[in-house]
Amino acid sequence: MKAFFKKMFAENPVFVLLLGMCPTLGTSTSVINGLGMGLSATAVLICSNLFISILRKFIPAKIRIASYIVIIAGFVTAVDMALKAYLPEISASLGVFIPLIVVNCIILARAESFASKNTPGKSAIDGLCMGLGFTAALVILSAIRELLGNGTLLGFPVLGSSYPPAIMMILPPGGFIVLGVVLGVINLMRTRGGAKNG
Amino acid sequence: MVDAGKLFSILITTLLVENFVLVKFLGCCPFLGVSKKTDTALAMGMAVTFVMALASAMSWLVNEYILVPFHLEYLQTIAFILVIAALVQIVEMAIMKLSPPLYSSLGIYLPLITTNCAVLGVAILNVQKSYNFLESLVSGIAAALSFTLAIWLFAGVRERLETSNIPSFMKGMPIALVSAGLIAMAFLGFSGMKL
Repeated sequence: MKAFFKKMFAENPVFVLLLGMCPTLGTSTSVINGLGMGLSATAVLICSNLFISILRKFIPAKIRIASYIVIIAGFVTAVDMALKAYLPEISASLGVFIPLIVVNCIILARAESFASKNTPGKSAIDGLCMGLGFTAALVILSAIRELLGNGTLLGFPVLGSSYPPAIMMILPPGGFIVLGVVLGVINLMRTRGGAKNG
Repeated sequence: MVDAGKLFSILITTLLVENFVLVKFLGCCPFLGVSKKTDTALAMGMAVTFVMALASAMSWLVNEYILVPFHLEYLQTIAFILVIAALVQIVEMAIMKLSPPLYSSLGIYLPLITTNCAVLGVAILNVQKSYNFLESLVSGIAAALSFTLAIWLFAGVRERLETSNIPSFMKGMPIALVSAGLIAMAFLGFSGMKL
């Protein structure tokens, strides 16, 4: 359990490892989008980690990256088709970012550094932790952006009509700025916490 | 047949109005990773331009002559990523043989391009917008140039950030992201342009 939380937060793929920046910035315009993106990536991450781990003894080392990409692309296609069939609205608003999960560095990084060396069970759990960490980061960012940029959370008005929405926050520049400020705050908390402990 | 006006509008729209990195958030990883110095940023931009022009042409051909006739459109993602991966490999080998000095300056960036989501992104967007061959080629080149423009401007800003006085907790990535936001804000100025 401790290792679970450690992976989700201390090794958070977005805030700590700075992986997967494109979907993070591109889809965190509302909490629904962030959640949809995070969970789709989690599904792909669990499946691809599991399969790569099962096949790790059969994949020749020389073509391993190409094999991983094909496995990942297969699952991404499955997720893409499932979303189009069952949740067409989310699929439309995430648009090109769903097929682009293929080139999300988080997934390839976990395949290469974890799933290719560990048992299927462990790899699936690693995929779950990393995926949830990614989802958590997306939800935090998208909540800030939706709240400031639209005055709503999950589509419900929160800040009331007296709050003039800062539309800039849901436009592209807001994504960069919010992520930068959040990273700065995390740094600040870490140095403060370190000073207290030391 | 060749509609020069449309090609020009694709060029300007992709380059400025819908800048791939700053407005569409495609290709952020190398944008943030390889932008510490202007000359490496420019080299990365060149390598990406080369691969992206080839990739958008090749993926158009694959889509038109293999996927569509056999009704395999659902394999698009897999087919395109394989085309791009193979292309990057071939380009890498070709440059290594033909021009060793170019290889030593671009070499390390080439494998990174496979996972640059702007390359796959432009291939998929071309199909979604049902561009013809020439339009796909132009949009690929324009997208790559927009990437180069963004990464080059950003590297210039980051070089200045190195020596400026900023609060220690904002140093490094946080301040870089905030300044990327400010550059993106400048590019929003183009968004009123309709061509």
